[in-house]
Amino acid sequence: MDKNNKPLAASRLALYAVLVFLALLFLMPVYVMAVNSLKPLDEIRNGNLLALPQLWTSEPWTTAWSTAQIGVQPTGLKPYFINSFLIVVPAVVLSALIGALNGYILTQFKFRGSNALFAAMLFSVFIPYQVVLIPMAKTLGFLGLAGTISGLVFVNVVYGIGFTTLFFRNYYAAFPQELVRSARMDGAGFFGVLFRILLPSSGPMIVVTVIWQFTNIWNEFLFGASFSDYSSFPLTVALNNLVNSSTGVKEYNVHFAGAFIAAIPTLVVYMVSGKYFVRGLMAGSVKG
Amino acid sequence: MRAGVLPKLLLSPSVLLLLVCVYGYIMFTVYLSFTSSTLMPVYDWAGPASYHRLFGLENWSVSLGNLVVFAGLYIGIAIVLGLGFAILIDQRIRAEGLFRSVFLYPMALSFIVTGTAWKWLLDPGVGLENTLHHLGWESFSFNWIKDSDMAIYCVVIAAVWQTTGFVMALFLAGLRGVDAEVVNAARVDGARTWQIYLKVIIPQLGPVFLSAFVILAHMAIKSYDLVIALTNGGPGRSTWLPSVFMYQYTFTRNEMAVGAASAVLMLLAIGVVVLPYLFSEYRKVKRG
Repeated sequence: MDKNNKPLAASRLALYAVLVFLALLFLMPVYVMAVNSLKPLDEIRNGNLLALPQLWTSEPWTTAWSTAQIGVQPTGLKPYFINSFLIVVPAVVLSALIGALNGYILTQFKFRGSNALFAAMLFSVFIPYQVVLIPMAKTLGFLGLAGTISGLVFVNVVYGIGFTTLFFRNYYAAFPQELVRSARMDGAGFFGVLFRILLPSSGPMIVVTVIWQFTNIWNEFLFGASFSDYSSFPLTVALNNLVNSSTGVKEYNVHFAGAFIAAIPTLVVYMVSGKYFVRGLMAGSVKG
Repeated sequence: MRAGVLPKLLLSPSVLLLLVCVYGYIMFTVYLSFTSSTLMPVYDWAGPASYHRLFGLENWSVSLGNLVVFAGLYIGIAIVLGLGFAILIDQRIRAEGLFRSVFLYPMALSFIVTGTAWKWLLDPGVGLENTLHHLGWESFSFNWIKDSDMAIYCVVIAAVWQTTGFVMALFLAGLRGVDAEVVNAARVDGARTWQIYLKVIIPQLGPVFLSAFVILAHMAIKSYDLVIALTNGGPGRSTWLPSVFMYQYTFTRNEMAVGAASAVLMLLAIGVVVLPYLFSEYRKVKRG
C-alpha cells in the first residue's frame, strides 16, 4: 500500500515525536510531584522544578505522613489515609452488592414502573450534589451520623447506587436468558439464579464496579468537606487542609509528598487494572 | 418473569433511598430556596425573594460569568485535544497501550491532587516562571494564577489536563467503530489521510461529539474540588463558580435560602444539558 517509503518514514517519525512530546507533557505534573517531594525546601525555592534533587531526602514524605499540621493537630496524613479506607471499603462493598441485586431484579423481573424507576436512577447519577447537601446535612444530624465515618459511608453508598445499578443492569440485560430460564426450570429460586448463575459469571463487571466506586469514593471531596470533622476527614479533605490552610512557610515538598500519598492508591489500581478502569469510564459515560 | 413479593421487597430500600435522598431532597432544597432561611432552615414561604437577591449579587454574576468562560474553553479544548489525541493514537502506532495509559492516567487522580500539583506548577514563585528564570530566561513571566483576570484560565488548564485522556478514549472507541468500507473506498479514490478524517470519519462521529459534550458540560457545571484545591476561588472571588458560591452562601455566609436557590439553578442547568440527551438515548435503545 505504501508506495513511497521515504516521506512516509518522515511522517511516522514526526508522529512519534509529537506523541512522545505529549506523553512527557502529560507525565510532567506527576514527575514534578515526585522529584520535588524528595528535595529539601531550599532547593525548590532556589531552583528548577524539573531538576532532580541534588540532595535526596525522604523527610517530606515522613513529615506529610506523620507530623504535618492538619488543621490544629500535627498528625500528618496517616489518620486520614486510614479514614479514607474506613469509608471506601464498606461503601464500595455495600454499593456494589446493592447494585448487583438491583441490576438482577431490574433485568430478570417485570413490574410496573420499572422503566421509570431506572430513568429516575439514571438521572440521579448526574445531579449536582449541591442540591442535596443541606437536607443531607440535616438528615445526618438527625441520625446522629454528622461528622462520622459511618455518615460518610452512608452518603457514598446512597449516591453510588445509581452507578452500580446502571453497571449491573446493563451487564445482566446482555446476559444469555436461556441460562437463567433453564436454571429456573431446574428449580433454582430467586437467590439460586443470582448466586449460582449470574454472580459467578459477573467477574469482569464486579471488577469494573469495584474499581469505579473505589476511585470515585477515594477521590470524593464535597461530601467529605461538608459532612466530616477533624476526626473523620477523608484524605482529600485533609490534603486540601494541609496545602491551603498552612499559615507559615509553604512547604512545597511536603505538599507534593502529601499529594502523592493521596494519589498512590488510585494510581496503583489504575496501573494494575487500567483496562477495567477504562471500561468503567465508558460504561459510566455511555449510559442507557 | 413477573416480579413476586421478594424481588419487590429487595428492591424497595433502593427505591426508598432514591425517592427520599435524591428526589425528596431536591424538593426540599427547592422549597428552601423559597423561604427566608439563613443559618438554619426555616419553613416560612418567602416567594422568589432569594432568587431576586441572588440575581442582584455580584458574587453570583461573577460565578456565572466564570462558568461560561470555564465551561466554554474546557469543553472546546478537551474535545479538540481528545479528538486529536485519538487520531494520533489511531495511526496503528507501536506501544499504543502505553500512550493511551499515559494520556488517561490523570482521570484516576483526585481533583484535589491535580489542583495541588498545578497550584505550585503555575505559581510564579516556585513553578514554571521560577524554573525558567533559573534556566536563564529572566524575562519570562507567567503569573496567571495570581492575576484575577487570568486565574480562571489556570482552572481550564488543569481541568483539560485531567480529562483530555478520557475524551480521547471516547473518540478512540468511536474511531474504531467507523465503517472501514467507506474509508477504504475513499483511499482507493486517492483521498489523503487528513481528507479522509475531515470528510469521511469525523462526520460519522456525531454521537461521540454529543456524548463528550454532555459529559464535559455536566462536569463543568459540577466542578468544585479543582477550584478549591487550585485557587480556593481566588484571587479574591475571581475563580468562583456556582458550586463555590453555593457552598459559601450556604455554609459560611449563613444565607441558606440563597445557597439553595443557587443549587436549584445548578440542577436546572444540568437538566437542560442532560435530560434531552438521556431522552434521545432512551428512545434509541427502545427502538433497538
